[in-house]
Amino acid sequence: MEVSSAKQYEAGSYDVIVVGAGHAGSEAALAAARMGNRTLLVTISLEMVAFMPCNPSLGGPAKGIVVREIDALGGQMGKNIDQTYVQMRMLNTGKGPAVRALRAQADKHAYHRQMKLTIEQEPNLTLRQATVDDLIVEDGVCCGVITNTGARYRAKAVVLTVGTAARGKIIIGELQYESGPNNSKAAVKLSEALERLGFELERFKTGTPPRVNGNTIDYAATEEQPGDETPHHFSFDTPDSAYLPVKDQLSCWLTYTNPAVHDLIRANLDRAPMFSGLIEGVGPRYCPSIEDKVVRFADKDRHQLFLEPEGRDTDEYYVDGLSTSFPEEIQQQLLHQIKGLEHVEMMRPGYAIEYDVVAPHQLHPTLETKLIKNLYTAGQTNGTSGYEEAAGQGLIAGINAGRRALGLAPFVLKRSDAYIGVMIDDLVTKGTKEPYRLLTSRAEYRLILRHDNADLRLMAMGHALGLVSDERLAAMEAKKATVAAEIKRLATVRLKPGSAADEFIQAHGDHALKDSLTAAALLKRPYVSYDQLLEFIPAPATPLDRQAKEQVEIQLKYEGYIKKEEVKVNRLKRMEAKKIPANIDYDQIDGLATEGRQKLAKIRPETLAQASRISGVNPADLAILSVYIQHH
Amino acid sequence: MANSEFDTIAAISTPVGEGGISIIRISGSAALAVANQLIKGPDLTQVASHTINYGHLIDPTTAEEVDEVMVSVMLAPRTYTKEDVVEINCHGGLLATNRTLQLVLSHGARLAEPGEFTKRAFLNGRLDLSQAEAVMDLIRAKTDQSMQVALNQLDGDLSRLIKRLRQDILDVLAQVEVNIDYPEYDAVEEMTSQMLKEKAQSVKQHLVALLQSAKQGKVLRDGLATAIIGRPNVGKSSLLNTLLHEDKAIVTNVAGTTRDVIEEYVNVNGVPLRLIDTAGIRQTDDQVEKIGVARSKQALDAADLVLLLLDSSRELTGEDRALIEATAAKPRIVILNKTDLPSQIDTGQVQAMIGDTPLLKTSITDHTGVDQLGALIAHLFFEQGIESHQGEVMVTNARHIGLLAQANEALDEVLSGLAAGMPVDLVQIDMTRCWDLLGEITGDSYQDELLDQLFSQFCLGK
Repeated sequence: MEVSSAKQYEAGSYDVIVVGAGHAGSEAALAAARMGNRTLLVTISLEMVAFMPCNPSLGGPAKGIVVREIDALGGQMGKNIDQTYVQMRMLNTGKGPAVRALRAQADKHAYHRQMKLTIEQEPNLTLRQATVDDLIVEDGVCCGVITNTGARYRAKAVVLTVGTAARGKIIIGELQYESGPNNSKAAVKLSEALERLGFELERFKTGTPPRVNGNTIDYAATEEQPGDETPHHFSFDTPDSAYLPVKDQLSCWLTYTNPAVHDLIRANLDRAPMFSGLIEGVGPRYCPSIEDKVVRFADKDRHQLFLEPEGRDTDEYYVDGLSTSFPEEIQQQLLHQIKGLEHVEMMRPGYAIEYDVVAPHQLHPTLETKLIKNLYTAGQTNGTSGYEEAAGQGLIAGINAGRRALGLAPFVLKRSDAYIGVMIDDLVTKGTKEPYRLLTSRAEYRLILRHDNADLRLMAMGHALGLVSDERLAAMEAKKATVAAEIKRLATVRLKPGSAADEFIQAHGDHALKDSLTAAALLKRPYVSYDQLLEFIPAPATPLDRQAKEQVEIQLKYEGYIKKEEVKVNRLKRMEAKKIPANIDYDQIDGLATEGRQKLAKIRPETLAQASRISGVNPADLAILSVYIQHH
Repeated sequence: MANSEFDTIAAISTPVGEGGISIIRISGSAALAVANQLIKGPDLTQVASHTINYGHLIDPTTAEEVDEVMVSVMLAPRTYTKEDVVEINCHGGLLATNRTLQLVLSHGARLAEPGEFTKRAFLNGRLDLSQAEAVMDLIRAKTDQSMQVALNQLDGDLSRLIKRLRQDILDVLAQVEVNIDYPEYDAVEEMTSQMLKEKAQSVKQHLVALLQSAKQGKVLRDGLATAIIGRPNVGKSSLLNTLLHEDKAIVTNVAGTTRDVIEEYVNVNGVPLRLIDTAGIRQTDDQVEKIGVARSKQALDAADLVLLLLDSSRELTGEDRALIEATAAKPRIVILNKTDLPSQIDTGQVQAMIGDTPLLKTSITDHTGVDQLGALIAHLFFEQGIESHQGEVMVTNARHIGLLAQANEALDEVLSGLAAGMPVDLVQIDMTRCWDLLGEITGDSYQDELLDQLFSQFCLGK
C-alpha cells in the first residue's frame, strides 16, 4: 500500500510496451523487439522474470506441442528450457504420433536467469522494474502506461500480461492477504483502471502445493522416475549432442496419499477455504486441490504425488498432486502422513490465489481488446492456466502489437495451424468459466497438429513475421525436401516375393508376398520401422537424420488418417475465408433467432467459421448471416 | 453440418406421404455421381442436360431393384441452385420415398438443411436482392418447424437408445483422452485396442439392429398393426369399409400367418396401417353370439394402434368400460360414432375415463369426422411417434437412417484401423466421428460434453 503517490513525469516513448514479464510477457516483448520495435518490458519484480511459481516443469500433452510451436514461430521458450532442464521425458511413446509429448523438468531458477539474460541482451528491448497503475487512453486508443513511480511511457501498442498479480489475493486457511504469485506484489490499481475503462473482469482461482526440503525425504520409500536415454529437445536448433546423459539429469520421485491423509482432510474441511466459502474464485477442474480430490472422489483410497526437484542449486522439492489452501499446520500434518515424507520439513506452505481475468470474449483473435484499440492482453489475464498457454498467447499478442506498431496486417493462427490457434479461438469464441488448460481433446485436427511437425507447419510463418532467420528456414526446408524425396523413393523401390523382406513379413505372421510390394507399402505395416526397412532396400544417397526418419515413418504410416483430417480442414477453409464485416449490426438482420443474435453481438466473430463455433448460433442463423454478408 | 457448405446435398422436395410421385432432389458437384451409382438405365453422366430419363433405382449393395423411376438431369448453371441438380421421381408414399432418400444419403450426399437449396440458389447468385428477405423468412420458418418435428420424433425409445450408445462411446473416448492427457496417472486404466474393439463391436451391434429395422422399414412396409374394436354393431365394419374405400391404394391382401385371418393394408394420410382381424370384424358383426371382449382382446395384443369405437346413441355399457380399460396401455383413438343419432352417451364421463386419449366424434354412415380421423392418425404417427411393439426400437426417419448408416461406417473404420494395428488414439478419430453423428440425431454434439465427462469421471491434475 502506498501512502503517497509519485509526481508524474514523461518517461519517454516506445513502439511497444509489455506489462508483466512472466511467460507471456517475456515472449511478447522478445517478439515485438525482434520484429524491429523499440520495446519496453515493465515488471513488478525483476526476480519474477519468467518465474515458475507452480510446477518446475514444462511441456506434456498438448502443452509440449505448444512449446514446439512457439519455437517454430521464433519464440524463446523452447530454447530457454533446452538450456536449463534437469530432466527430459517423452510421454505417450506407446501411442500414436499425434499425442506423443515431450516434458521437461526445469531448474526454475536457471530458467528465470537465462530468460532474464536473453531479454537483457536483446537489442531494442528495455527491461524495467515498476508497477503499472494506469493506462493512457485517448479516444478509445491505448497510447501508453503510467507506473507507480510516476513515469508516463507512451507507446503505439501495449500488451498486458499481468497474470495472477491482477488484484491477487493469497489464501492459506483462515489467512488471506493481497499478493501476487510467490508473495510478490499484487497489481491492484491496474484492475481498477480496466474496470473504469469498461472491461468485464472475472475472478479466477488457482493454487500450488507446499515445497519441502529434499534432504528430509525418505527416497527409499518412493519410486524413482528418471529421465530418458534417447535425446530429446524442444527447439529445432538444439543438437542431439547437447543432450544430457541420464546420469546428469535429476529424477522425480513418486509416492501416494493414503486413507489417513484423506481422513485428516475430511476432519478439517471446515478450515479449507474452498469449502468454508472463503474462496469465491472459480478454480480449474483439471487442477484440483487435494481437498477437492478427496471430497469429489471419495471412493479413491490414494492419489499419486510426484516429488519434483526445483533446481540443481537447491534441495527444495515441489509436491505435485498436493495443491492445497489448508492452514499451514494442517499442511504439515498432511505431509507427515505420507509415505516417504514422514519426517519432511515443509519449507513453504501451499496456497490458493485469486486474481482478476479479462473475460476473453472481449478480445479479437489477434488478442487486441475490442474495447480499446492498440491494447492487447495475454496469458493468465485472458483466463488460461499454464506457462505454455501463457507463452503461446504472449507470442501472438507481441507479434500483433509489433505489427500494429509497424503498420502491418494482423497475424492469426487457425485451428488447423496450431494448438495456439485452437486455444485462442476457444478463448475468444467460447470464453471460459475456469482457468483454461490446453488438452489434446480440444483440437479437432490433432493428427495434423503434431509436435514432430511444428517446424514444418509454422516456421515459414515465423520467417515471414521476421522472427526466424534465413538459415533456420533453409534448414527446415532442407529437412522437408529430404523427407519428401525419401517418401517418393520408397514408393518406387519394390520388394519381391521370396526376398529377405518377404521372410521378415512372414516372420511377423503376415501372408507371404504374391506380388512385389513397394517399400512404402511395407513401411505402412505396424511392425516395420524405417531402420528395419533399410535392411531390405538400398540406403538413400544421403542418410536421413533421426527427425527426418521420424517424419518419413509418420507421414507414410498414418497417411490415411492424415488425409481424413486434411479433408476436414479444407472444407472449413471456405467458411474461414468468409469474413464478417467489423461494423455489422446484428439488430439489422431480420430472421436471426434471439439467442443467436445476442451471442453474435457479444462475440462479434470475424469469420463465418468462427460464428459456427459459437454455442447457441444454429445453422439457420449461419445461413441468414451468410446471405446477409454476401449482399451488404 | 454447417462446415460442409457446398458439398452435395439431397432432400425430398415434395410433401411426404401425399401424392402419387415423390421427388428426391440432389444438388452439388457430386449429384450426378451419387445418382449414377443408384440408377440402372442410361449413364447419367452421358445424357444431355435438362432431360428426363427412365430407369430403375437399385440398392448397389444388394443389386436389388427398389423402384421404377424417372430421373431429371440438369447441369449447372441453368438450375435452381446453379449447381448440378438431379431429381429422382419415385413412387410416392412413405416407404418408397424414404428408401430412395436413404439410398441417396448413404451414397455420397448429405441431407440438406431446411431451406438449403434456396440458400444455395441465393449464394450462387440465382436469386436477386429483393428475394433475400423472403428467403430468410423461409429458412427461419422451416427450421423452427423441422426442429419441432425432430424433437417430437425423438421422444421415446430411439432417443433413449441413441443416448445410451453415445454415453457408452463417451466413456470410451474420455478414457482414451485421459490416457493421452494424463499419461502418468495410474488411476485410470489404459484403454487397450482389445477393449476399444469390444466397445466398437457392441455399439455396432446396436446400430446394425437399428439399421436392420430401418431397412425392413417394419412399420413402413408391414404397416402399423391397427385394431378396430368395440361392441357389436357399433360401426366397426363401416369404419373398416370406409378406410378401405378411402384408400385408393390398397397394397395387398395376404393371408395372416399366425392367425387365421385376413389382414388388410391401407394407407391413411401417408401412414400405412395393417388392419388386424378384419375377418373377425366381419364375422362378429354377422354372428352376434360369437362376439365379445375375448375376441377383441386377442386382436388387441397384436396391435400397435387401437381404434376404439363407442356408440354415442347409447349409454356406456359395462362392456365399453372393459374395453376402455383393456386398451389403456395402447396408443389409441376413441371414436364416438353415430353422431347422426340423438346422443345418449355421457361424453364427460368418457373423457374422464380415457384421460389424454384423443376423442373423436364421427358419423361413419354420414362420412363426417372421417377426415379428422385420418389427420389424427397421421399426427400420432409422425409427431408423437407410435412405435411398433413387435420390433425393438424402430427408425423411420430418413435423416436418422442416413446418420446411422454413416455412424456405422465410422465404426467399420474403427475396426479396420484396429485390425491394421493403428494406435488407439488414431482409431479414436473414427470413434469420435461416430459419436458426433449419433449426436446429430439427438441434437447434442458439443465437445464440452467430453470435457465434462473427463473431469467428472476421473480425478486428475496436480
